[in-house]
This record gives sequence, C-alpha cells and structure tokens, in this order.
Amino acid sequence: MSIEVRNVTRRFGSFAALEDVSLEVCTGELLALLGPSGSGKTTLLRVIAGLETVDSGQVLFHGEDATTQHVRERRVGFVFQHYALFRHLSIFENVAFGLRVRPRSQRPPEAEIRRRVHELLALVQLDWLADRYPHQLSGGQRQRVALARALAVEPRVLLLDEPFGALDAKVRQELRRWLRRLHDEMHITSVFVTHDQDEALEVSDRVVVMNEGRIQQVGTPQEVYDQPANAFVYRFLGNVNLFHGRVQEGRALIGGDSVAVPAHGDTPAGAALAFARPHDIEVLRPRAGAQGIAARVEHVLALGSLVRVDLRPDAGNEVIHAELSREDARGLALAAGERVLVRPREVRVFAA
Amino acid sequence: MTALALPSQPAAPAAGARRIDRATAEPAWVRLALIGLALAFLTTFLFVPLAAVFYEALRKGVVVYARAITEPDALAAVRLTLLAAAISVPLNLVFGVAAAWAIAKFEFRGKNVLVTLIDLPFSVSPVIAGLIYVLVFGLQGWLGETLRDHDLKVIFAVPGIVLATVFVTFPFVARELIPLMQAQGVEEEEAAVVLGARGWQVLWRVTLPNVKWGLLYGVILCNARAMGEFGAVSVVSGHIRGMTNTLPLHVEILYNEYQFAAAFAAASLLALLALVTLALKAWVERRFSH
Repeated sequence: MSIEVRNVTRRFGSFAALEDVSLEVCTGELLALLGPSGSGKTTLLRVIAGLETVDSGQVLFHGEDATTQHVRERRVGFVFQHYALFRHLSIFENVAFGLRVRPRSQRPPEAEIRRRVHELLALVQLDWLADRYPHQLSGGQRQRVALARALAVEPRVLLLDEPFGALDAKVRQELRRWLRRLHDEMHITSVFVTHDQDEALEVSDRVVVMNEGRIQQVGTPQEVYDQPANAFVYRFLGNVNLFHGRVQEGRALIGGDSVAVPAHGDTPAGAALAFARPHDIEVLRPRAGAQGIAARVEHVLALGSLVRVDLRPDAGNEVIHAELSREDARGLALAAGERVLVRPREVRVFAA
Repeated sequence: MTALALPSQPAAPAAGARRIDRATAEPAWVRLALIGLALAFLTTFLFVPLAAVFYEALRKGVVVYARAITEPDALAAVRLTLLAAAISVPLNLVFGVAAAWAIAKFEFRGKNVLVTLIDLPFSVSPVIAGLIYVLVFGLQGWLGETLRDHDLKVIFAVPGIVLATVFVTFPFVARELIPLMQAQGVEEEEAAVVLGARGWQVLWRVTLPNVKWGLLYGVILCNARAMGEFGAVSVVSGHIRGMTNTLPLHVEILYNEYQFAAAFAAASLLALLALVTLALKAWVERRFSH
C-alpha cells in the first residue's frame, strides 16, 4: 500500500503546522519523519491517519483519494506516543478490541478472535501477560501491546508517533532493532515520527527531515547524512562545528586556513557558512609553516572508543568540538591549556 | 474527620525516625489546641444537631414515631420525594454524560457559554429558580393560558416539582465528569476510532468504563440533593398535603403546626437518607481511588 500526500497545508490559527507538504511513501517501506518539536511531523502523521483534517491538499492511499475518508474506513494501524491502551481492559481485550467492534457480519467468531490475539501477543513476545492490565506493565511492554493492538485489524499502513519516545535508553535500542526486524518480516508500509536522529538513521529505509511545517529533505539515511540539502539538515543530523568564512574559487577560507570544496568551484566569491563534523576536525601541534586555526585545548574527555576535545579558538568565542580516535589522541598527548592548530579535514559550505 | 491524626501515635523506635518526627511536627500544645478546636466545631455544628434530630423524633416514644412516619400524608410525601428523584436523577445522568462528553472530548464554538450555563443552577438561589418556573408556567405566566387551554397543570402540581428538582440538580453529574474526562484526554477515544469503533461503541466501551466511579459519585450527590431540595420546590409546590408535599416541605408544615415530634420524625428520615448517601459516597471514593 503506497501513500501519497499532495500539497497539504494545515494551520492552527495563525500557526502553520504544515505548509504545502508533498510526500510519497512507497509500498512496504519504513519511513521516518524526523524533525524538532513543532516541525509538523506529528501533524503530518495524523493527517495520514485521518485524525487531523487538512485545510487544502490531498491524501491518497494506493492512488485513491482518501482525504475525506473517515479514520474508521482508512484501515490504518496507529501507535500513539503514550500508547493509549484502554486502561480498564486486559491486555487480551486491548488487542481484541479492533475485532470486537466490527459490525456483526464482519466480526470473526470468538475462537478465531482468541487465536488471532494470542498469535499477535506471541509475535510481540507478551503472550504470558494476556490477563494483566496496562498499568501492571512496563513502558516497553505497553509499547509492544500497542503495536499488537494496531496490527490486529490487519491495517494497510502502520503509523507510529514517537514510538520509543517515553522509554529509557537501553530499551529504546532493543525495541528499535526489534521493530526493524519485525518490519523486515511483515513488509507493511510504515511511517514513524521521531525527533531522535540516531533512531531515524538506524531504523528507516528513508528519512524525511522536517522543519517549520516544511519538508527539508527526503532521502536514505546515508544520503541525508552525507549530502544534507541545507544548513538546517546538516545541523540537525548530528553534532556540528560552524565556521564563518568566505568561499572563493572552490576553496573555503577559514581563519587563515583553506579547505578544498570542489562542489563550490563555480560559486561566486562571498561570505559563507562552513560546517564540519567533530570527527572531521584535525588537531595539530603548532609547527613552523603549519596552517590552521590557532586554538587552546580547553577540555579532554575519553569516551569509549573516542576522545572528545573542546578547543577555544583565539578569534571568535564559539568552542570547536573535535572527536579523535584513541590512537590519534595518544600520539598527540593533549592536555588542557596547550596551544594547538585546528584544521577541518572536510567542510560543507552553505551561502551565508 | 478521621483524617485528624491524634498525637498519641505509637512512637517510632528508631532514633532517626523520632528526630524527623520532631522536625516536622508542631509542639504538643499547638497540636492539641488545633485538634480540640476542630472537634469542638464539628460537635457544635454537626454531631449535636444530628443527634438532636433523632432525640427529638423519639422523645415521645417509638409509637408516636412510627405513627408519624406511617400516616398517609407522610407516606405521600415520601412517595413524591422518591418520584421526583426517580425522574430527575436519570434525566441528569443522561444530560450530564452528554454534556461532559461534548465539553471534554470535542472542540466547538460556544463551549464556554455551555459550561457557564451548566453552572447557573449553582449560582442562582433555588427560590429564584422556583420563581422562574412560576413566571413561565404559572396561570399568569407566559405559557399559563396555553397550558390551561390544554388542561395541563405544571405549577402547584407534580410536573412543577420535577422541573424544579431537575433545575437545581442540573450541574451535579456534569460537574463531576468534566474534569475527570478532561484529565483522561482523548487518546484512548482516538485509538478506538482508528481501530474501527463507531461513536456509540467509543462511548460504551471506552469513555464510560473509564469514568464509571466518577459517574456513580455524581449520581449519589445528585440524588441526595434531589431528595433534600427545599427552596425551589417550595415555590412551585403549593404545599397541598398528600398531593404536592415533598418530605422537606412536610417537615416544615408539621413544624409550623407545632407537631415537633412528627416534624422531627420526618426529618429523621431525611437525615437517615443523608447518612446512607455519605456511606455510599465513602465506599465509592475508596473504589474510585484504586
């Protein structure tokens, strides 16, 4: 089941939650809507589900216009951020709900309902909790029950709103790998909302980066990470250092140093913003003839396989963050207060 | 009332616990003074009057008491009181649920006006409420002639009493449910709709089960008020013995006729009703908090 969103606009008063958004979700893919809070990602998900109306534009399911179709008839599975389990029903009855509310002619017989519910609870590995109530379960367990409940109605698409938002770090990690495996087995077209770039990059087939009600970029995790379309996407996906400089003849001039930026060979000379990831920052001992930004080591922190170094440049007061491998760090033997030269190995330049 | 903790609680054996106890507690004389004040207040204004009702009712013996509550006019008053409650409580139940559902779960224009309207009976004196019905349905009222032409009697008759009771008990169920439903949000309802549930199914299977204890609590309070209402009912009733007298009005008439024992006997029925209501309320509250 493919989903298409065409030129959708949705305003709440004077606030534009979605501004002329168009998006295509291919059959069987797992798509992430990624953005900061207030970027419109949840509104877009709710528009697809039919829980939110649009001011203009269309939503198509498998090529058919579903814009005016009622939520009930869209046959979507929706997993809510806070799970929204029915607190007065047992886990079994929560999962069975979607089958029990069907009109009598379409309702499966009781034995069939029991079989299906137990099958789904087994799928999410919670069959042993069937008789419990939601408040007796942990966050991760509730999340899986919510997923089983959404799948019980055999939805055409699965929509998940911040599915791991309320869980602690370790459970998050486990659940997102599990969700990825589950999707690989079931191949149901799925869209999930997240504000966590690691989650989006790790789990999804494609990522949609949103900001201020507009789509900034759509692409595979690698594409959006390696070739961000604009400064917002670059900043949002991971830590970043910002340098104010100039771009000239295919080189970025930053604080007395210059870095090749072949992509900007034809850009007319002018002020530019250059971004560099912490792992693309090189730290050198000052030597005669060595080029770079003069800086002082402010802080060195060994973190697992990486060593994180904070550097304060002589000009300007924005701290530069560098991530060195353990070997490089050992070779340099940096200590706080020492003077060094900083060079970005690779930068991405956007017009200032 | 049982929440007043007495200072003579068994002292904690651990020295640390005792030190914490001392750090957060007032000196003994302050505690004793406060508790004494509270008890004196409750005794004067609640326990003594309540005891007086039963004492006065039984002062002339059980025979007089029994005769007072079984004479035809008293029985008629009991019947009318029960009838008024039996009609107005279900009406308010339906209305309260409908209003609370609309207000807590949907956004629409004029919502604040509706909330204010629901609160109106709380802010208007019951006597005024009764008077409004006299002005509308009375012989000289707006609809008086039309009603007379069709041989319908509202004021000084049972319909008027029911109308007045419905009016004063209007907010009880809705007021109890609105904050509860608002706190629960709409996510569960949305989940139900996404799973294919129709409007009625959402109400019966999701919304109502989640508020059932709050609903019962509201109904109990509503019932207590419906049976005890005096002011509004007094204006529209006409005080016709055996016909339009409710229990509270019956008490007043007997008292004005210096039949103290009978008046207190009837009053003791109302007091008993209040005690049963309180017990029910306490039981529901205990269930509610789980």
